[in-house]
Amino acid sequence: MNLFVLLKAFLVGGSLCLIGQLLIDRTKLTPARILVAYVVAGVLLGGLGIYQHLIDFAGAGATVPLTGFGALLAKGTRQAIQEQGPLGILSGGLTACAPGVAGAIVLSLLAGFFSRSKDKP
Amino acid sequence: MALRKGSTLLLTQGPVIRSFAAVGSKMEGEGPLGPSFDLICEDSAFGQDSWEKAEASMQKKALDLAIQKGAFSPEEIDVLFAGDLLNQCISSTYGLRDLNIPFLGVYGACSTMAESLMMASLFVEGGFGELAGAVTSSHFCSAERQFRFPLEYGSQRPPSAQWTATASGAVVVGRQGTGPRVRAVTPGRIRDLGITDANNMGAAMAPAAADTISRFFTDTGYQPEDFDLVVTGDLAHVGSQLLLQLLERDGVRLEGRHRDCGLLLYDRKRQQVDSGGSGCGCSASVLCSSLLPRLLDGSLRNILFVATGALMSPTAVQQGESIPGIAHLLWLSAAPAGKE
Amino acid sequence: MGLTPKDYQQMSQEASPPSRTVKNGAMAFLIGGSICTLGQIVLELLKSMGMEQDQASALVSLSLVLLSVLLTSFGLYDRVARIAGAGTLVPITGFANAMSSAAIEFRSEGLVLGLGAKMFSIAGPVLVYGISAGVLYGLIYYFIR
Repeated sequence: MNLFVLLKAFLVGGSLCLIGQLLIDRTKLTPARILVAYVVAGVLLGGLGIYQHLIDFAGAGATVPLTGFGALLAKGTRQAIQEQGPLGILSGGLTACAPGVAGAIVLSLLAGFFSRSKDKP
Repeated sequence: MALRKGSTLLLTQGPVIRSFAAVGSKMEGEGPLGPSFDLICEDSAFGQDSWEKAEASMQKKALDLAIQKGAFSPEEIDVLFAGDLLNQCISSTYGLRDLNIPFLGVYGACSTMAESLMMASLFVEGGFGELAGAVTSSHFCSAERQFRFPLEYGSQRPPSAQWTATASGAVVVGRQGTGPRVRAVTPGRIRDLGITDANNMGAAMAPAAADTISRFFTDTGYQPEDFDLVVTGDLAHVGSQLLLQLLERDGVRLEGRHRDCGLLLYDRKRQQVDSGGSGCGCSASVLCSSLLPRLLDGSLRNILFVATGALMSPTAVQQGESIPGIAHLLWLSAAPAGKE
Repeated sequence: MGLTPKDYQQMSQEASPPSRTVKNGAMAFLIGGSICTLGQIVLELLKSMGMEQDQASALVSLSLVLLSVLLTSFGLYDRVARIAGAGTLVPITGFANAMSSAAIEFRSEGLVLGLGAKMFSIAGPVLVYGISAGVLYGLIYYFIR
């Protein structure tokens, strides 16, 4: 395994998290707003074709943060429009991010069944 | 009957605190006051299957203990004043529903202990009954899921945040008998100096505490030196600093007499509660586990108990409203009433 | 008194201890970076097994979501997050934690309006604004490409 590839993922992913932390500590933005901002920023950067460069460079360092989720939405929309025409405007985004979202929904449902709310230590 | 001076009511009969009890959970048991609690339930679920039921059960336990310690029966209690932090005060109503005692629900956020005790005292002072109860509680888990996030949600607490106590306190006040006395009460005024950060409640409540304390001294002509301690409820580290600054502007110097329930209940550094404790149960349990016992054994003679509350709701905060604060004051005394 | 809200907010800001920005930032960087590195390791493994990039990338997300839900179920995710801050918020694991923690917490209010509805109380906005931004982008792309 190429260590340099891992290092790039670590540095880029870490930096995206560091920006999020600075937003929490230095501004009034709540975590929920930061997540929304990251996704929308991802769609914007993905749409402009900038984010793909970051993915090519850092791999999971760019796809794992929520900006990557946004970029995936943009990419899926673009591809669907190219393949199916106007219907792709609506179907592309959800299709592209379906595995992650459906996975999170089903696993959370199972967690709700099998786990109980616990007090903090 | 009560004698009014400004907005302070001097209680000439001096209602007697006949019995009291404090209940807490693991964190409170590990805190500095842990050994003084009447009951520490290590299981913060109190054997129930939801956090709301846990809190209701805890509040019931506190009142049961207070009634038991005073060797009363529930039928002897003429009226109960109770409240808590949950929507529609369900911990009180569900916890106390089987007792068959006339019930008056009160909401004063974290100031509820002072508010309910004040009303119970006025009730017996006015001769409307022999015995009145005051109960309140808060639970970390039920408060967290109502006001903040799910318990398993990963979030970071800013250093100004306060930790909701899992605790309850209950007091039975009588018209006659022996015990610490309630000598005067000053109902609080709503004070709002524009704090909007729900993670900085101490700052939101400090102006209300300063206002009530100043008014008490102006109304009565007493000085801070006349009291052993001035104990505020749940201003915690940040709010306490602000209170002292605000009072100094009013020319009131508490010197070393100020204590805060939010700083007494937990060891702030060791237990990682950030600015300190909060919640109705915080000041209630500190009162019932530490302050009242010390008035009983005479190691304290006269104290001012000033519980503070942040009168906010998640809805109002989301709409961008600032957080109004309130603080109710009681003068508690070990000495028999009438002797000055 | 004559203390204006503006003066008081100044006072309150001075009295409030500042967030430990340097320490928080360092932990967010380290833990967030580690989660991404873990994702990269899985990605490399899948690619070495002959999987193509897009599919492998989706599986990486899925495995991190699974890891996050498991840690959340055992009550461990929030303990890490208390130190990591944005380091556990920004990666896809934070999204899965938001959903699963709400599912666990509000199970007591029933399967439909509790678990089912509240699952989206924190994570919902991400989907709403993410998908809407995607559609908006799609409209622009369709008409000007």
